[in-house]
Order: sequence, then structure tokens, then C-alpha cells
Amino acid sequence: MRRNAGPLYVAPLALWLCCFFIVPLGIIALYSFMSKGVYGGVVHRFSFGGYTALFNPLFLTVTLTTFLIAASSSVITVLLALPAAYFIARSARKNLWLFLVIIPFWTNFLIRIYAWIAILGNNGFLNSLLLATGITSHHLQFLYNKYAVLLVTVYTYLPFAILPLYSTIEKFDFSLLEAARDLGATVSQSIFRVLIPSIRGGITTAILFTFIPAFGSYAIPQILGGSDSLMLGNIIARELTVTRNWPLASSIAMVLTVVTTFGVVLFIRLNRFQTVTTAPEAFTAGGVDGDEQ
Amino acid sequence: MNSKRGFSSVVFTLVVLFFYLPLVILILFSFNHSKTMSWGGLSFRWYEELFFHSRTLWNSVFNSVIVALSSGLISTIVGTLGAVGISWYDFRGKRMLQVAGFLPLILPEIIIGVSLLIFFAGIKLKLSLFTVFLAHTTFNIPFVLLMVTARLEEFDFSIVEAAYDLGAREIDALLRIIIPLAFPGILSGFLIAVTLSLEDFVITFFVAGPGASTLPLHVYSMIRFGVSPVINALSVVIIAATAVLALSAGNVFKYIVRK
Repeated sequence: MRRNAGPLYVAPLALWLCCFFIVPLGIIALYSFMSKGVYGGVVHRFSFGGYTALFNPLFLTVTLTTFLIAASSSVITVLLALPAAYFIARSARKNLWLFLVIIPFWTNFLIRIYAWIAILGNNGFLNSLLLATGITSHHLQFLYNKYAVLLVTVYTYLPFAILPLYSTIEKFDFSLLEAARDLGATVSQSIFRVLIPSIRGGITTAILFTFIPAFGSYAIPQILGGSDSLMLGNIIARELTVTRNWPLASSIAMVLTVVTTFGVVLFIRLNRFQTVTTAPEAFTAGGVDGDEQ
Repeated sequence: MNSKRGFSSVVFTLVVLFFYLPLVILILFSFNHSKTMSWGGLSFRWYEELFFHSRTLWNSVFNSVIVALSSGLISTIVGTLGAVGISWYDFRGKRMLQVAGFLPLILPEIIIGVSLLIFFAGIKLKLSLFTVFLAHTTFNIPFVLLMVTARLEEFDFSIVEAAYDLGAREIDALLRIIIPLAFPGILSGFLIAVTLSLEDFVITFFVAGPGASTLPLHVYSMIRFGVSPVINALSVVIIAATAVLALSAGNVFKYIVRK
């Protein structure tokens, strides 16, 4: 390299990320170790108060709820996405089906949430239908519980699971399934012992793409949830704006940050491990090595 | 095999129904005369209300567009220059910068929103449309960085070195070689940035000042009052507008790539 203009090119990027991402993140890391002010905010005095407060039963319950909602929505999402992606990958009209999956998500996120309120709300479509047909005689409460949160979380993140699964299934050599069948495997054996292990990378990506945003979810439980579906994101917002316990809001935010980063690092490690251990992938990756020096 | 494909086609059909049913119901009921979700005859009254009696809503649309375009532009410039530096040059702290440019993509939105809110409070910057712009640019930059880096990976640095050898100055290399090469990546980065900005609710919710309502914030305040047929009509307008924009953006994109 004859001239090094690199620092010049990255200066605006480094400056921006430093000011508006690293410093703010550093501030909440600091605040999480400070004391709460009498009228809210923080007092610059070292304290573990933000972290010891995490061990009260309310907070532990919320953490458990958050984990359960994120985990179950990600499992449901992947279970739906697997066959859907398989169908798209084996179809002759792949692009049409992919397009069909993506279009609804061009509409605004809040509009999609609202659509579910319009359907499931007390004066919503489903209640009107049930009342008009005489199946029920009074309004049923479908919203403001964890099932509503689960439903809309699955609705929101399903495409994010279908797309990575599709791209790995598409690369899968389907003659392997026929080979397995020829060698006497049953349909389910060929699927669970040949297909699923080969697309493990896509499955972990799909789980990550649904679990992580669901774990840090704020808007969906805020709008559609009730007292049984309070999530970490809602507690952060409440501690920040209502209770004004900034050290606690910061420490919960730190927990979310650490859990998310840990999940992603684990995922990257797993994927790297797979590329080394699966022979066909290591073989195709051979071409890339030439570029690295 | 066949049973599996039969099963997968059933699941796929159900998934598509699941995706479209809510939107179809919204579209249908936007033409409903009645104020509730039971059918009261065909009517355009909610469209009339939306277009002629919803000044604050259109004000928020205007705010959204301003923030989307300005943060799209700035994040595209900062992200593109950064991508060039990261892809083709070596410098101290490069690894750290890459991590810092990637982390905002994976962190929950609420973390960015909360940390910026506390930061703005700390530097005593009053919340306004400007703080929304700063926040949106921050979460848009990593996406532009990703798109442009992916595009630049397809090219060899030797193209730029050849330009240097032929006497090009840095600015010539940038304007006449690098930017034209990376253009499809830059354009898709800009489009993603604009879309994400128009779409964002969570981060905006924390950093928007009074009077700086964006469309998602306005929709949120309407949702809190329950079902409103005006939102049905608005949804249809948004669905139609995104379809038209996406199709035309797709065509422009195809044209540029072909050229």
C-alpha cells in the first residue's frame, strides 16, 4: 500500500460511533455502579445498588418471563419457518414465494401491531364476529396477556427465520436425501439425520435472529402485553421514566447488553467450529483462503 | 419425500395466510362506514378524515420524511467512507472499529434508545427532532457500512492502486473509481437507512422531544385510544405507498446495476 489514507476515511465513522454509541454505552455502564438520587437521576457515588436490586423477586420473575417468551417464540418461529423455507427452496417459483414472504414486512411495524389490535381487541374483528354469530354473548379479552405478546412476536420475526433457513436449505444437495432413502432410511430418518444436521448453521442463525430481538423486546409487550408479560425492556423504560431509578435502569440495560453480546459471540464460535468440522463446507471455503494473506 | 412436501406446502400456505390475513382485514375495514370493527356498509369517510382532518398526523409524516432523508444522507456518507477505509486500508484500532460498527446491529434497540437518552440528558442537549436525527444516523451507519463493505469485497484494491500509479489524487480515486464501483452498495445502504428510519419506533420513543412526533410515534399515540378506523385508512395508504416505492426503487436499482 503506497499511501495510507485509511485513518482519513474512517475518521468520521470513528468519531460518530465514539460520540453517539461508545460514550453513551460507557455512561450507562458507569451509572449502573452509582447511587440513585433522591429526586431521581444519579449521584456520583460508587454503589452496587443497581446490581443488588436485580436480586429481588419481581426482577427475577421478569427475567424469567422475558427468557420464556423469547425462547418459546423463537422455538415456534423456527418450527414454522423450517417447513416454509423447505417448501420455498424446493419450489420452481422461489422468487415469487420469497417476495410473498417479504411484502407484508414493508408495512410499518406499528401498523402490523395495530392490525392485531384491530383483530383481537375488545371491539375488534374477532369479537364482532363471535358476537354476531352468537358463539359468545359478551366481549372476550384476547389482548394484554403473554399469548398476545407471543403471537405478535412470532408474526414479527418469522420472515427473519425463513430467509436464513431458505438460503441454507437451497444450498443443500437433495440427492443426499434420496441416497439415504435408497440405503433404507425412513422419511423421518432421512430428514432428522441427513437434512437437519446439514442445515444446522441456518437453524442457529434463525434462532439467533428471533431470540435476540425478542429478548430485548420493548414495543410488543408494551402495547399488547399485560401484567403477566412484563419484559426486561419494559422495566428499563419504567425505571428510567417513571420511577427515575437510573442506576437500576442502567444495570438492567447492562444485563441485556451482556446477554446479547454473549449469545452472538457463542453463535459465531459455533458457526466457525462447524465450518472446520463439516467437510463439504471446508472444501468450498478453500477458495476464500487464497485472498487472505 | 412426497409426504414431507405435502406437509411443507400446508405449513407454507398457513404461514402466508397468517402474514396476510391481518393486512387484508385492515384494508377491508378501511372502507367500513361504522366506527367499530363490525360491518356498517361501504364508505370513504375515514379516507376523507385522514386526508382533510388529520393535520397533526401529516405533520408527523413530514417530520418522519425529514429525519429519514437527512439521517439517510449523513449515514450513507459516513458509512461509505468508513467502509472504504476498513476494506482497503490498514490502521491502528481497525479491529476495534469493526466491532464498534457491528455491535449496534445486534444490541436490542432499547439499549441504544436508553443510552442516548441518558447521554443527551448528560450533555444537556434538549430532546427535539435534531436528537431523533442523531439517533437515527447512529443506528443507520452500521447498515450502510455492512452493505458497502459487502460490495467493495467484490473488487480488488489493485484497481485503486492502478489509478494512483497513473497519477490520480486521493479525491480523484474516491470520486471517479471507488464511488462508481461501490454505487449499488451505497444506494442499497441509503434505501435501507431511509426505510429503517421511517420504521423506527423504540429508539425514537426515547429520544424525541415534545412536538417532534414521527409517524410511528403518532400511530402509537392513536393506538393507545383503541381501534380507530383512521389508522385502517392510513395503513392502506402506507401499504400502497411502500409497494409503489419498493417497486420503483427496484426498477431504478436494476437500471443502475445494468448500466
